[in-house]
Amino acid sequence: MNIPQGLFYSSSHEWIKIEGEKVTLGITDFAQHHLGDIVFVEVPELNSEVNVGDSIAVVESVKAVSEIYSPVSGTIIAVNEELEESPELLNEDPYKNYIAVIEVSNEIETEKLMSAKDYEAYCIEEEKK
Amino acid sequence: MTKLIFEKHIAEANTFELPPLEVPEVGLSETVPEHLLRENATVIPEVSEVELIRHYTELSNRAYGVDNGFYPLGSCTMKYNPKINEWASRLPGFAQIHPYQPRETVQGAMQILYELGKMLGEITGMDHFTLQPAAGAHGEMAGVMMIKAYHNKRGDFKRTKMMVPDSAHGTNPATANVVGFDVIEIKSNDRGLVDLDDLKAKMSDEVAGLMLTNPNTLGLFEEEIQEIAAVVHEGGGLLYYDGANLNAIMGICRPGDMGFDVIHLNLHKTFATPHGGGGPGSGPVGIKDFLADFLPKPIVIKKGDSYSFDYDRPDSIGRVKNFYGNFGVIVKAYTYIMAVGSEGLKDACQQAVLNANYLRYHLQKKYHIPFDRLCKHEFVITARNQMESNHVATLDIAKRLMDYGYHPPTVYFPLIVKEAMMIEPTETESRERLDSFIAAMDEIAREVRENTQIVLDAPHTTVIGRVDEVTAARSPIVKWEE
Repeated sequence: MNIPQGLFYSSSHEWIKIEGEKVTLGITDFAQHHLGDIVFVEVPELNSEVNVGDSIAVVESVKAVSEIYSPVSGTIIAVNEELEESPELLNEDPYKNYIAVIEVSNEIETEKLMSAKDYEAYCIEEEKK
Repeated sequence: MTKLIFEKHIAEANTFELPPLEVPEVGLSETVPEHLLRENATVIPEVSEVELIRHYTELSNRAYGVDNGFYPLGSCTMKYNPKINEWASRLPGFAQIHPYQPRETVQGAMQILYELGKMLGEITGMDHFTLQPAAGAHGEMAGVMMIKAYHNKRGDFKRTKMMVPDSAHGTNPATANVVGFDVIEIKSNDRGLVDLDDLKAKMSDEVAGLMLTNPNTLGLFEEEIQEIAAVVHEGGGLLYYDGANLNAIMGICRPGDMGFDVIHLNLHKTFATPHGGGGPGSGPVGIKDFLADFLPKPIVIKKGDSYSFDYDRPDSIGRVKNFYGNFGVIVKAYTYIMAVGSEGLKDACQQAVLNANYLRYHLQKKYHIPFDRLCKHEFVITARNQMESNHVATLDIAKRLMDYGYHPPTVYFPLIVKEAMMIEPTETESRERLDSFIAAMDEIAREVRENTQIVLDAPHTTVIGRVDEVTAARSPIVKWEE
């Protein structure tokens, strides 16, 4: 399982990369693996406002439909529209193929997120369930 | 594989000669504006009548329903539809009436509407029913619209959220969303039931209500239903009952007594009317007295011995379907209830629960059961053992079941259980039939260990083998082209 260092991870299996006030968001390798073949991605609307915990995107696989939640508040300043045409990109490389970029409006609550090491332990626990 | 009807097309294979018109012929271009007329003829396949009959007869031979064999689809109660229901619904007095007929000439039909509402009220403990909604999800929408109307009428506009457990049917959050609520998910605890602490933490004056299925989609009864109801009611919300699993408690206990305020039923599940392609469905909605003003209109009322429609209901959410619901289905459900009687309904429920527990007990020997305790009408098993030993998934087992002549159970649902298979046998299956299903499942478990590939490549006996679901979902071809 691929869990890159330097990213923050949520308990609902999103990753974020923080660069100043800009946060890039996607789903983890664990998430794409458990969803299976992804067949549809609904990306967020550009310039829309999001709050912590809002559902901002929908990922659909042959098994299930999952909502993607934002761990930060802010404005959507970029979306990966390529995913709408080629949802399989999330299976191929979920870290290169981000879902959205958010310009944050509040301080990022990184203490509610996990480091790569903590997330790995979390995934091992999840796997046992 | 059979050709599509489009591929069987033979130009002018079916030429009808109509007698000459008795009135002067008027050309289309003289009556329809030019920009609305087609330039090219529509592509409608032409075959002779006998070829058409053969085509659809061949397709119908491939259909699989509960009249063909065992159909253990969880949360859908694919129970046998007694044929007396068909007889009753086809009586000329029901089948050949028109909704615009004068009321005094259709009093019998109106009596059926009135009395079925009363009977459903008695079975569920609700005060009033509307029979308008065309199926379950439609009923959910009507029910949630009444919840919204109730809060709005009280001037309580803050309640913009609807709570739904993570084990819920997908229609519940979808309904809440369609009616304009934001959905809050409530977690299940380690016993597969609503996590009361999570519910308490999420209940607030912004929450309109909780949509709950009891027993839930794991086939487990929400034992803390009274506490759940208290939390929701004390917070000012209403409690909504998804009636998909009513078969599990029918005649034993009633949603109305548990504290539910609004409920929908699926007549095509619990009350033995046709399901799926045999439909249409019917999704009556029941409510407690304090919500009566919001019912869809019109409602049937009885004065003396005569029945009439009451349209004078200013707070009604309005009509949700043309005319009065899927009337033929209503007649079938009425017939079922009258045929089996109150003892029969109770007996059906007990037999359904017994059958489910019999299957669960025998399947646990080869399959992992995440919540292995007494269940109601259905239960969930998983392919965990088979995944660990031979990388065989639930999907493979479901496909292999088709080779044994069984319709697969619901798979990959509920979402909170990995590799789920949700099995609901219903009351009408004999012990012999259940034993043969258990034998097939045991045989598949043996094949997984000893002959894995035969399971991975299944189905082998069907007209179409393993479908490429990924390509079908990513690049669907939904239109015929030459």
